Amino acid sequence: MSAGTGKPARGQILGAIRRSLKRDAGDGGAEADRRLAERPQGPAVQRARLPRPQLVELFVQKAEAVQCSVARVESPEALPEAVADYLKQHNLPSALRVAPDPELTDLPWKDKAPLLTVAAGRAEAEDSVSLTGSFAGVAESGTLMLLSGPEGPTTLNFLPETHLVVLRESQLVGPIEEAWARLRERQKTDRGGSLPRTVNFITGPSRTGDIEQKIQLGAHGPRRLHILLVADEPG
Amino acid sequence: MQATSRNFKDNAHEALADPNLQKAMGFVRTGFIEKRKAAADALPEFEALRDSARDIKNHTLANLDHYLERYESKATENGAQVHWCATAEDARQTVLEICRSVGARTATKGKSMIAEEIGLNDFLEKNEIEPIETDLGEYIIQLRKEPPSHIIAPAVHVTQDQVEADFRSHHKHLKPDRPLAEPQQLVAEAREMLRQKYLDADVGITGANFLIAETGTSVIVTNEGNGDLTQILPKVHIVIASIEKVIPTLDDLGVILRVLARSATGQEMSSYTTLSTGPRRPEDPDGPEQYHVVILDNGRSSMLGTEYQEMLRCIRCGACMNHCPVYHAVGGHSYGWVYVGPMGAVLTPSLIGVDQAGHLPNASTFCGRCESVCPVRIPLPKMMRHWREREFERNLNPPAQRWGIRAWAFLARRPGLYRAVTGLQVRALGLLGRRRGRFASLPLAGGWTRHRDFPAPQGRTFQQRWAERRRESGRSAA
Repeated sequence: MSAGTGKPARGQILGAIRRSLKRDAGDGGAEADRRLAERPQGPAVQRARLPRPQLVELFVQKAEAVQCSVARVESPEALPEAVADYLKQHNLPSALRVAPDPELTDLPWKDKAPLLTVAAGRAEAEDSVSLTGSFAGVAESGTLMLLSGPEGPTTLNFLPETHLVVLRESQLVGPIEEAWARLRERQKTDRGGSLPRTVNFITGPSRTGDIEQKIQLGAHGPRRLHILLVADEPG
Repeated sequence: MQATSRNFKDNAHEALADPNLQKAMGFVRTGFIEKRKAAADALPEFEALRDSARDIKNHTLANLDHYLERYESKATENGAQVHWCATAEDARQTVLEICRSVGARTATKGKSMIAEEIGLNDFLEKNEIEPIETDLGEYIIQLRKEPPSHIIAPAVHVTQDQVEADFRSHHKHLKPDRPLAEPQQLVAEAREMLRQKYLDADVGITGANFLIAETGTSVIVTNEGNGDLTQILPKVHIVIASIEKVIPTLDDLGVILRVLARSATGQEMSSYTTLSTGPRRPEDPDGPEQYHVVILDNGRSSMLGTEYQEMLRCIRCGACMNHCPVYHAVGGHSYGWVYVGPMGAVLTPSLIGVDQAGHLPNASTFCGRCESVCPVRIPLPKMMRHWREREFERNLNPPAQRWGIRAWAFLARRPGLYRAVTGLQVRALGLLGRRRGRFASLPLAGGWTRHRDFPAPQGRTFQQRWAERRRESGRSAA
């Protein structure tokens, strides 16, 4: 890169920091390494420490408070009908872009929702409705957590006007710390320690208050965020 | 951005006389304050979380060199290209070279205060790359060719009617008689205007609220979703972040997120908190092919180890300005540079020099509301006092003011003389003003009496009355 960036600038900046901090030459960063290894937690947020049935209630209440809609769905097989119902109810187009996730693409779309046109893949400019899975739901704040990957194109979360998200009850966690724990667990088993390119925490539909502080939904991302909460055994 | 902080006084006079600005600032005085209070009151752990957030930032700053190195090594491991830039000029050049390396003609931008700090838009334009602001507030001020007036709500000084007029004059290809009286119609029009730009852009530029050392991740916190569209659609994503953005772990992020949104907008979580780690993986269906992180110093490393180090804890929530009576009165543009309100009054002199920005730390009533709401408990009034001392030491304030301060200091060091002089002054003013009870004009007090009467003293000084009261309470206790 240009003069002044890259290696010389790196040494210059780190050197300036060390001089300002009066850093000992022998300090190799043991304190930083300890924090990175131990990862101390902050104050515990009590409201999110609940038994499972109340956790579900808290999640629904928090999600609705940020203008999500939530439908309780009995089983994955009932999802196509629940999707079709929602689209019909809100007079939305019947063409659906679904995340290329077998758990979604293998659902009985043809039998249960014959009027829907279902295509899998990333979002294109003309798509107006998307359906994705999710990695977790954080009950503390009604937040959805979605990961990028072959089964989760990030464009589906932002380009269409309406975003439908499938969340299983067993994916609910209380405070955000439990979401970090699940994420680290997943990385340990199948990603060699790295996070996916994108981790999205989504709390309600897109909004702006940039015009006289009046909150408007659908600024650039989805105007509607509909959560299909599927009952299952806590996993 | 060219600083006009030297003209603070003139800027402020103009701002006070601007009816549109005063109308727009009315919404700040109420909305932000009530929402923050409701959100803070609803979380019993809020004060403990503020302490924790302060401690996390203090620990990180004390180990900043180590955390930056660990962040860099993790980020690089995941395919990020990290660029270190000591100055604004280095950062501008670096961004330009990345843009040129892919033959970029347009770059979409998420909201970034660092981009404002380094004057990126003007620079890209001069080099024939069109920067497109996508945050609604930034889009509005880009049309108006204005700098932001608030760090999280850049167009907070603009009224709805002004936005409508701007859209009508810039979006000429749309029907002139289209309805635009509702905020929702304005939002929908901006959405429509920017849609294709996201898809066509070659480069997307965002800031970063945080860099996480544990995972080599950059984080943006937004509500509109524009930052996400900016960073997932083009083939190149550039993040610009200053050195103090790094924090140690994901758990630390959780603590800080809980105080950030509540302090900023009164939300529990902003709509979108997005963690980016490296470019798209080979098997990913979308996302950028290149991911660059520009790490900027621009004067911050020399704040470490000084009385201004604590300012580097700032997480840019805007609560200090939302609660500042001076900011409410004069708006952000009066401050004359990128950072405004109390945090600007402390940070601006650090970054562009107290000779340029000496007025800003003086534009405070020291009411202390900024410190009382700061999520990371930055002692802003104390630091403004430090700047006033520096300004005085360096002979930067005007002679009349220096003479006044000297005279006062002379008296204040001689309590007997102080009592005699103030006692005389109060008695004299009390006698002179006893008929009307107030003065319409007084020598050396024109700044006060131009706007309101000065009440006549009742004949005794504060110290005299205080002493009397002590004596009386002593008698009644006995």
